Amino acid sequence: METKPVHFKNVSREESHGYDRKTLDYIRNAAAHGLYEIRGMGAKRKLPNFDDLVFLGASMSRYPLEGYREKCVTKTLLGTRFAKKPIELDIPITIAGMSFGSLSANVKEALGRAATEMGTSTTTGDGGMTPEERQSSKTLIYQCLPSRYGFNPDDVRRADAIEVVIGQGAKPGGGGMLLGQKVSPRVAKMRTLPEGIDQRSACRHPDWTGPDDLAIKIQELREITDWEKPIYVKVGATRTFHDVKLAVHSGADVIVVDGMQGGTAATQTCFIEHIGIPTLAAVRQAVNALEDLDMIGKVQLVVSGGIRTGADVAKALAMGADAVAIGQGVLVALGCNGETYYQNGALHAAEADYTAIGAAPGFCHHCHTGKCPVGITTQDAILEQRLSPEVGAKHLRNYLKTLNMELTTIARACGKQNVHHLEREDLVALTIEAAAMAGLPLAGTNWIPGQGF
Amino acid sequence: MERLTFDLATTSLRELNTFLHTDAKEGKVEAVTVVNPDGAHNIAVGLDCPISVEVVGHAGYYAGGMNKSATITIDGSAGTGVGENMMSGKVHVKGFASNGAGASAQGGLLVIEGDAGLRCGISLKGGNIVVGGSVGSFSAFMAQAGTMVICGDAGDALGDSLYEAVLYVKGSVKSLGADAQYEPMTDADIATVAGLLDKAGLDHDPKAFKRIASQRSLYHWNADANQEY
Repeated sequence: METKPVHFKNVSREESHGYDRKTLDYIRNAAAHGLYEIRGMGAKRKLPNFDDLVFLGASMSRYPLEGYREKCVTKTLLGTRFAKKPIELDIPITIAGMSFGSLSANVKEALGRAATEMGTSTTTGDGGMTPEERQSSKTLIYQCLPSRYGFNPDDVRRADAIEVVIGQGAKPGGGGMLLGQKVSPRVAKMRTLPEGIDQRSACRHPDWTGPDDLAIKIQELREITDWEKPIYVKVGATRTFHDVKLAVHSGADVIVVDGMQGGTAATQTCFIEHIGIPTLAAVRQAVNALEDLDMIGKVQLVVSGGIRTGADVAKALAMGADAVAIGQGVLVALGCNGETYYQNGALHAAEADYTAIGAAPGFCHHCHTGKCPVGITTQDAILEQRLSPEVGAKHLRNYLKTLNMELTTIARACGKQNVHHLEREDLVALTIEAAAMAGLPLAGTNWIPGQGF
Repeated sequence: MERLTFDLATTSLRELNTFLHTDAKEGKVEAVTVVNPDGAHNIAVGLDCPISVEVVGHAGYYAGGMNKSATITIDGSAGTGVGENMMSGKVHVKGFASNGAGASAQGGLLVIEGDAGLRCGISLKGGNIVVGGSVGSFSAFMAQAGTMVICGDAGDALGDSLYEAVLYVKGSVKSLGADAQYEPMTDADIATVAGLLDKAGLDHDPKAFKRIASQRSLYHWNADANQEY
């Protein structure tokens, strides 16, 4: 007897789009623990980003520069509006603010060493300035954060510029939380808190409540420093157009806009994934605001949040940034999420340490635990030895050097002898979403969504 | 003692602060009088020497901000953030103070003879604040270290999310903030209050004050606790 094949529809194995494994996992965790997840790193979801843009290299209508022969200037000036001593950098790539407490002292020193060798700046973070980073950093930006942990006038005077942090891209509107496991005696002392307890950072500054107050606060910082040092204002990207305008009106010399791909050491996942706008969208809004106020070239724009490659840097500059700041990429350059660490002249496997904290190389976001297997986001006396300042500085210098080479290579290909001459006309978008957000034409067309044909 | 007078009606704030940061720091003068302040902001900010500054009239925001070593007296009222982040020395307001007085102060003594507004002593990190009158809501929010003595009343949510700072209140407290609690006054507390009142030049019975400190229930993450992280 002839038999017909029976088709079994695999309904029993079909994953729900709304209740996929990730969502089921989230609900089960919430039900089991009654806690939201706190983690490090930036947004994990796919967001429109600089990869969605491409450069129009020179061909007939533009004349390229010789890649390895002709010079391309990377010199960058920040803080030219009011400060007597603007920041002069050799490259437009800076190190974003990351706290001692979140990072080890060795890492902070490594950042300073590498930045100094590359002629760029590094930035303090929540928790104050360490002597190591001041000593190792030729140009150090001192953050004034809502918590004011470790903030003092002596360090204000020791800094090269002051960055008033209003928010960060990973968590606009949110405060911070340094969990007790990372609060070593030294961190506790710097922050005037007992050792080992959770440290909550406020979401608002304690002594001002809005842009009018901020203007007076900025004037106070200028008075204290005798108008010598540039004042940066850093905002997490949300209503960026209005925030940038208000920051300019408040008297900022430099605006730092941090998009939602920006990293963090410890924040609720719901913040990281659901609050803020992508860096790509934020840059366009920030530039629009500066154009509106006729402040292009007068107030500088630093862009951060998911800048990873020299191409990202070049695209940010072409869209109107004067410089970029990098945080998470810097940590990866130091060894974050790596399979090995270098100690006592030899490479060691870190796999077992990742497993012990429930992570794996390449997938780790356990910065908040303080048990970083490669010794970066830790205050543990043994773990922090896994990254020496010398080795860290070498890798970071290599990374920055590579980014700068990529940046200049792209700029030359677009016919620019100065990276700051990259312009929006050099870019097109590969997706409609990116075109709309960045205000750039879709590749092969003159169409900018929202601006007609 | 050599005293110099700056008239802010004819001299700019910048000139005053420049003098206080340079010549005064080099010991060229021991005392400065500032007349006609007219509510100017940022008077005598960032001082870093043991000079005496008297402001004759009302000061705007951040008077005596980030003070170190200097003694600054305001013979009037002060705006937002008076004595913010001060490290040492003394800031003395003879009138009233607006919001955020002594915010994040790490040391020194801030005296306010009149009332202080909202969030007095917010994020206090080690300084001492004595208020002759009352303080507004959310005073001493997240105060980490140091002492506040309040001779009058306190508004809502006093000492919310306190860390290790200790508050003493003579009058009524509208409400305590999360994690703050009353504790018994010990002999050491009475001596502390008496000492600070004496330094502030205020006359109150130290035994009439109540002590408020942290319950420390917010010190470690606990989803079952009734807290609002």
